[in-house]
This record gives sequence, C-alpha cells and structure tokens, in this order.
Amino acid sequence: MTDLWNTLVYYFQFPFVQYAMIVGLLIALCSSLLGVTLVLKRFSFIGDGLSHVAFGAMAVSASLNAVITIENDMIVVLPVTVLAAILLLQTSQNAKIKGDAMIAMISVGSLALGYLLMNLFSNSPNISGDVCSTLFGATSILTLTLPEVWLCVIMAVIVIAVFLLFYHKIFAVTFDENFASATGVNANAYNLLIAVITAFIIVLAMNLVGSLLISALIIFPSLSAMRIFKSFRSVILCSAVISVICAGMGIILAILFSTPVGSTIVAADIAVFILFSILSGVLSRHEKA
Amino acid sequence: MGIQLQCKDTALGYDGRVVLQGLNFVVSEGDYLCILGENGSGKSTLMKTLLGLHTPSRGEIQFCGDTSQKEIGYLPQQTIVQRDFPASVQEIVLSGCLSRCGFRPFYTKQEKQLAGEIMQKLGIMDLNKRCYRELSGGQQQRVLLARALCSARKMLLLDEPVTGLDARASHEMYELIADLNQNDSVTIIMISHDIQASVNYASHILHIGGRQLFYGTKREYLQSKVGQAFLEMGGVMHD
Repeated sequence: MTDLWNTLVYYFQFPFVQYAMIVGLLIALCSSLLGVTLVLKRFSFIGDGLSHVAFGAMAVSASLNAVITIENDMIVVLPVTVLAAILLLQTSQNAKIKGDAMIAMISVGSLALGYLLMNLFSNSPNISGDVCSTLFGATSILTLTLPEVWLCVIMAVIVIAVFLLFYHKIFAVTFDENFASATGVNANAYNLLIAVITAFIIVLAMNLVGSLLISALIIFPSLSAMRIFKSFRSVILCSAVISVICAGMGIILAILFSTPVGSTIVAADIAVFILFSILSGVLSRHEKA
Repeated sequence: MGIQLQCKDTALGYDGRVVLQGLNFVVSEGDYLCILGENGSGKSTLMKTLLGLHTPSRGEIQFCGDTSQKEIGYLPQQTIVQRDFPASVQEIVLSGCLSRCGFRPFYTKQEKQLAGEIMQKLGIMDLNKRCYRELSGGQQQRVLLARALCSARKMLLLDEPVTGLDARASHEMYELIADLNQNDSVTIIMISHDIQASVNYASHILHIGGRQLFYGTKREYLQSKVGQAFLEMGGVMHD
C-alpha cells in the first residue's frame, strides 16, 4: 500500500500528470452537467454522432498538417463539430427526414472517411497508433502542453458559466418544450445552445477518453444519479460528483497500473452505475415493505 | 365584462395549408369557453395559434384591453419525456414563473411565494418535495395546472385536461377548474373531447371542424342542430 502511495506521489511531481488530472476533472464535470439534459431530452444519440464527426475532423486536420502546419487541431475540429451539432439538431427536429438515419449516416460516414484520409495523406510514421489514440484517448491526456491545458480550462469555465446562467431555462426546455415556448422562452434557441455546448464538451473530451468513449462519459453519471435521486437539481449535483470522482479514480488507477486512461475512467463509471442500480433496487424494496 | 380576445374571419394553418377558416368569436373576462371538434378538426392548430406558436394565415387574433398573449397560462398534454423525469413538484411549479425572469438567472422571493400560494390553493403544498414521476395522474395534472397559474392568472388554456385520468380524478379536476373560473374569475379556454363535461361546465361553446360550425352560449348550442347531433353522438359513445 505504501509502495502504491509512493509511486503516486512520485508521478504527481511531473507537470504532465498534474495537467492530466486538472483537465480530466474539468472535462468530467462539464460532461456530467450536460449529460442529464441530453439523456432526458433523448438527445444522447446526438452526442454519439458528434463524437464520430469530431474523429473525422481530427483526421482532416491531421491530413492538412501534411500540407500546412496546424498548431492546434482544435482550430479545425471545434468549428466542424459545432456545425455538425447544429445540422444534426435541425434534422432531428425535421419530421420529413428520418433523424436517426441521418445521424447514423453522418457518424459512420465521418468515421470511414476520417480513417481513409489518415491513411492517404498522413505522413506520420505510426498511423494505427494515431488512430487508436484518437478513438480511445490512449495517451493523449498525458501529453498535454501548457497552452492546451489553458484552452481546456477556459472552455470548461465557459461551459459551466453558461450552464449556471441558463440553469432554469435549460430545466424548463428539458421538462416541457411546448410549455416553455408558449410562455415566451425561445426553445429552439436553447436547443441550439445545448447542442453547441455539447459539441464543445465532445471536442474537449476527445483528449481524455478518445472519441469512441465520450458518450459513456456523458451518459453513465447521469443515468446512475437518476436511479437514486428525485429532483432535477439533486440529479445534476450527484451526477457531477460521480463523474468527477470516477475521472479522478480512473486517472490514478491508470497511472498506478499503466492501463489506458479513457477506458479505465469508463470502467469506473460503469461500476458506479451497477452499484447505484443495485442500491435503487434495494431502496424501492425497502420503501414497499 | 371586458373583451379579452377576438377573432374576425380568421383562417389558420401551417406550411401554407389552411386547416381552419371562418373563425368569428370573442372571449370575455370570466368566460368558460369549450372548444369542441373531432380529431383533425384544427383544435391543436387553433390552440398553438392562440399561444403565438403559429401565425394566422388570414386575419388575426386580437388581444384587447390589458390582456396580451403573455397573459395566457397553458396546460399542455403530458409528453412521454415527463413520465420518468426526475424533478420535484416545486421545481416544476416554479418553472411557470420563467416568463417573468427575462435574462435573470434565478427566481426572486416573490416568485417563490407566489408559487407557494398557488400550490396551497390547489392542495398540493404537501407534495412540494415529492418527485413528479411518483405522483398519481390527478396529482400530476394539478402540478401542471399550478405551473400554468404561475405563468398567468387571467386566462388559462387547457388542452384536454382529463386525458388518462379516472372518473373521480376527472371530476375533481373539472371542479377545480370551475372553482378557479367562478371564484378567481380566471377566463378558461378548454379543448375537449368530453362533450358531457363541456356542456356541464362551459358558459360558451366553439365547435369546429375545418371551419367554424358553431359559436355561442351553451344554451344556444343545446338548441342548435350541430349541438344536438353532436350530443347524441357523444351520448352513444359514452354509454
């Protein structure tokens, strides 16, 4: 036990480990805040579709890098993902086009084209390593530079501030869109806001867990919280706490046992979900008795 | 009795298609207007237009005196999303005050007090902290009614308020609405399938089916051909 502790202390002396922890916790916090709304609005599929779009955009950026130097992939990935978020939202509201088919099309399409582009144009010596890292996060969280950390912090602060400022409106639009728009809340604008913030979070979270696992980060903490808690506010608080604790535990375990960071965090989220499911079963039986 | 809203030869529709035309009616303070019609008669289009979600394709819906579109409280039908929604009663009722907030990100003390008074009045104060999805159908409708009253106290627009309720809960709901109408002089506009209840409680009837088939007081309706035909049909359906 003391050995493990000493290893941990040793690792946390390195700035890259500290960066990983800061960024990881912030991303976990942001994704859980919005997760509740996305799950309740039946928007979780948009998160999934967007993460694949982000992968495609990443591939485009990597290919462009062969021609012109791009300092930070986010310059390409963020606008593309935000655009895709707006597009997906509009199509899912338009009854004439089948929303789910459209999302499946866009998400699989960008995965395929992204991989193709990476193979065709990338001059990196280790393409499959790059792909793996983009899809599953792998080591990218441990290779963050200081400017990237600042970018993450600024984006996280924006997301949290927007969420706090519009908390009641987001609740109203989530609970009852018809009523909200009837009382003069611009529901479409808030849906758009939610989609754009989701795009921000997905781009942020690509660093932490990779694009394939982002949905897990968004969905699991809120589903766990909903098992036990009964008001919107307590569900959101609980899901934020779960998400932050799981991310922290995941990063520490990943360092100690040299497992991949992203999948370790998601494994922790799954464990909490199972725990909460059992707990809610016990609680409801207790209430009936 | 001041006129609150009126339609003069108004036509409604969406996507360039007219679904309801020839609307001529007025709603005055303290009225209890029931809007009757079959499925597809244009009821929901009329309702959405009253709420300002659609614009009329011809003519307009005029709000008179100190009444504006914002003064309409709305009780929508339940959606699937709400059935397993984790929210406390208080959170839902308070969200009715949102229209007053503008860009203010929190509720004021007065708004919380108002929500409390309304919950008291509707007899759901003791459910305050309870979870919405665990309530009975009748209790859930009361919560949504309280939310509607938080957003406006002059006029209520109710969309089939007793759908899915059992006979007793339906009766209680109707009594509650009648009480609001008589004792708090809230104007009621109710969309309904339930012709028996409409005839029992309403002061005026608007019967539509692609166009306006009848508008007038309840007594006139009972003597009209449209009314008698519909009542017979309704009677058969309810037996």
